Amino acid sequence: MANNESMKTMHDRDMQRVSVQSRIMKWVVKFFTYAFLLIMALIVLFPFYWMIISSLKSLDEYRWSVPSFWPQTVMLSNYVDAFTEANLGRLFLNTLYVGVVSTALSLVVTVLSAFAFARLEFKGKDLMFGALLATMMIPGELFTITNYATVTQLGWNNTFYALIFPFLVSVFYIYLLRQNFMQIPNELYLAAKVDGTSDLKYLWKVMIPLALPTLISITILKMMGSWNSYIWPRLVANDEAHRMVTNGLRNAFTATTGDVNYPVQMAAVAIVSAPLFLVFIFLRKYIMAGVSRSGIKG
Amino acid sequence: MVDSKQQWKAWLYLLPAIVLLLVFTVWPIINTVRMAFLENYRGLEATAGATFSFGIGNFVKVMQYSKFLTCLKNTVLLCVLTVPLSTILALLIAVALNSIKPLQKVLQTIFFLPYVTNSIAIGMVFAAMFNIVGSFFSTENEIIVTAGIINNVIEFFGGEHINWINAGSSYWANMTVMVVYIVWNALPFKILVLLGGLQNISTQYYDAAKVDGTPRRRVFTRITVPLLSPMITYVVITGFIGGFKEYTSIVGIFGETMGPPDDAGRLNTMVGFIYDALASSSEGRASAAALILFAIILVVTMINMQVSKRSVHF
Amino acid sequence: MKVVLENLTKIFPSRNKKSNEEVVAVSDFTFTIPDGKLIGLLGPSGCGKSTTLYMISGLQKPTSGKIYFGDDDVTELSTENRGVGLVFQNYALYPHMTVKQNILFPLQNLKGADKLSKEEMLEKAYNAAKLVQLDELMDRKPSELSGGQQQRVAIARALVKMPRVLLLDEPLSNLDARLRLQTREEIRRIQRETGITTIFVTHDQEEAMSISDMIVVMKLGVVQQTGAPQDVYDDPTNLFVAKFLGTPPINVFDGSVKDGKLYIGKDAVMDVPGVANQDVTVGIRPEGFILDENGPLHCKLSSVEVLGRDVSIVSTNAASVNPIIRSIINADNKVDPTRETVSYSLKPHKVFVFNKETEERIHFEVK
Repeated sequence: MANNESMKTMHDRDMQRVSVQSRIMKWVVKFFTYAFLLIMALIVLFPFYWMIISSLKSLDEYRWSVPSFWPQTVMLSNYVDAFTEANLGRLFLNTLYVGVVSTALSLVVTVLSAFAFARLEFKGKDLMFGALLATMMIPGELFTITNYATVTQLGWNNTFYALIFPFLVSVFYIYLLRQNFMQIPNELYLAAKVDGTSDLKYLWKVMIPLALPTLISITILKMMGSWNSYIWPRLVANDEAHRMVTNGLRNAFTATTGDVNYPVQMAAVAIVSAPLFLVFIFLRKYIMAGVSRSGIKG
Repeated sequence: MVDSKQQWKAWLYLLPAIVLLLVFTVWPIINTVRMAFLENYRGLEATAGATFSFGIGNFVKVMQYSKFLTCLKNTVLLCVLTVPLSTILALLIAVALNSIKPLQKVLQTIFFLPYVTNSIAIGMVFAAMFNIVGSFFSTENEIIVTAGIINNVIEFFGGEHINWINAGSSYWANMTVMVVYIVWNALPFKILVLLGGLQNISTQYYDAAKVDGTPRRRVFTRITVPLLSPMITYVVITGFIGGFKEYTSIVGIFGETMGPPDDAGRLNTMVGFIYDALASSSEGRASAAALILFAIILVVTMINMQVSKRSVHF
Repeated sequence: MKVVLENLTKIFPSRNKKSNEEVVAVSDFTFTIPDGKLIGLLGPSGCGKSTTLYMISGLQKPTSGKIYFGDDDVTELSTENRGVGLVFQNYALYPHMTVKQNILFPLQNLKGADKLSKEEMLEKAYNAAKLVQLDELMDRKPSELSGGQQQRVAIARALVKMPRVLLLDEPLSNLDARLRLQTREEIRRIQRETGITTIFVTHDQEEAMSISDMIVVMKLGVVQQTGAPQDVYDDPTNLFVAKFLGTPPINVFDGSVKDGKLYIGKDAVMDVPGVANQDVTVGIRPEGFILDENGPLHCKLSSVEVLGRDVSIVSTNAASVNPIIRSIINADNKVDPTRETVSYSLKPHKVFVFNKETEERIHFEVK
């Protein structure tokens, strides 16, 4: 087996040429890779760019038959119009209130349940956890129908309760946090027990600090969920006093096609999108970490 | 180690979650099934004291309802068109991103950007971009507006402008816009997951392939894709689940008319159907439709898992 | 195929952007690996042995220096054109392919004139599998194989193209002790049968000594010594090599030379003719001690470990650099474990004297 043909053909090849050729190939591939990525990136970014420059144009300029890619006169007044027309201030406050309260409550409930599932022993634990996970399979619409009736029966229509409580507990977040808690070595818990540390103190002093990144991810995703929620608020609380920002935006600008004052509409869209971008810029890491494990938006 | 004190404490910790889940998750599951199997169930009549007989009438009616069939067709079509397209595109982008060093972080951030958007808000931007050039009510003496960058671009390249979403637009034009928007929206999550998967593949496999002189394309089809297949399965399954629940992106572009102004409901989806039924307080019908949706999602997920199990296991 | 390394150097740029410290992984490595031999690159982790291997494979480019396969300069040649087979430390078997598909994979990449028919490929794959005695397991997935079997699949995959040079990166490190003995014999056998020049990297000196035709001992990127295993063991050029080879390890003492006599502590243990007066470091192999009531080296006895054929005596001495001194002597010599002290005379060719500063060997005439 020692002497064979392929060895000889290797000899005969013009080695230098082979290496030059492969180097050229490498550059060609690199060029096309970057070209592809940059074109895709432009496509991805274009709607954002278009939103911003459209929001700064006058209506006349927006209607030019040859569009301008940079506003001739910057119309910041569009933003003022958008803010008042859609009553964005009120919407922001409503959404912020619902977001903060439901996130805070949700964190408490999630932490307590995740701790029980991760560290405490009780009868029926595995069965119950399995049952919880099974509910993740079910589409939310299935719950919505009955929850709508329940909320009506409780007299919660057009109250913040209806926006906060029905979807407060997320099985997915409990699961996520439990997995994180499980990674913390049990010896730490036993050592704390030996020292006479109470469960709650241990939870507060050890588990929560160690699971902080997950908790931050949950917080951001939950806040984003409130910001983006549309279907449920439309059903249960679509009055002026409780309306959420997405519903307000949609209600204020019902027409999407035809002769619409797009610059103002785009200004409103930009204002609504801005908080999300700010959160993204500063907390990108946590969002990406949480999202890659979640799968479904919001 | 199961002492009674710990038992007691565990249930105390779980109490808030259990109460909320019982009321807002467990009861709805039972109640939805109940309502679905009560003939013509209506919540308003039920509170007035009416009783309903048991039967599968709701399912039969839903299935015969032409609006439901439209919704089902739209939903399935959107899934079938967007999931493969976004998955392949995301895979290409992820592989390309994984192969570069400079600009990788910046591009990764850009590609994630559509994720942190409000699908209604950005839907409105897409609607603006796809708006028509020219007359849109097809009536005399109307103002001629020129708007819609996509049509501007098409005309710039000498093409004929297309009525994408305005009155009189065709179904396939509407669908194209929806597919573009949904794919744009679905890319970030898929790229994130696939890139994460790629970065977890040991570089040794690629070194081994290099020693053997494996051409790029073969490395991609024989090594990268198979090793990434659990992640691909994951994004395909979540893609289908998301696709079958498609609703808000259509509201974003078309508003609650769920279609162009002259043909409301043309693009309605399963979820839209459920909410319409709920709004007309036909809870029985809504429940039946929700269970059908659940069944479809379950079956599609199982098929996906079966297929992926057969093609890869290691 | 003879492999020639000429002034091979690899410098990695600093990972830390602030400090501009470069890491010299391999420094000025010149060596000729004769055709058809099994060579062990040996050294502690971070000594540059794996980098050397990767440079020979072409996966890493040398910063300077040349690599020749036979008379061909392959320095600029990319990996796939070098015709090497590489076995990775973790085997890098494709987990989604069967054993057969794994072994076939390199053959399916051949293009143009080298392209093989399906039958030829299968034949070659089965030949390679037979060589590593795996032909029964061709349809298994790697996850269904033991560590030793996976290792053999990796070797078969590397051999199937009949490489000019076979490279193995820590081939035995992922195996348990019993398999390790078995597999190293296997590697030796396969190398003999194929006659392919084989270079393997290891941190385990026993592994390298037991199967290599030649070993290369490296430290911090610099080659310390090359040669046949026994020669290197018997004649180390410096303290590092002496310490690195041999189990149990060599015993090291602070000593001094005065008037041609070697002192350990106050004991004049040996004549070292021709060595100038100075403080030195002394290394004595465990088998270099002879139990001798009148011997010059006196140590405090700690314990006696019976190994069957041999006895291992553990003792202490104030001049010893290590906490204990371990000597191996024939079990025929009975040692009373309750004794306080033990005295030795020394076998001169098992005693090495090193410069205290440079740690280079100081040779003396052995009578």
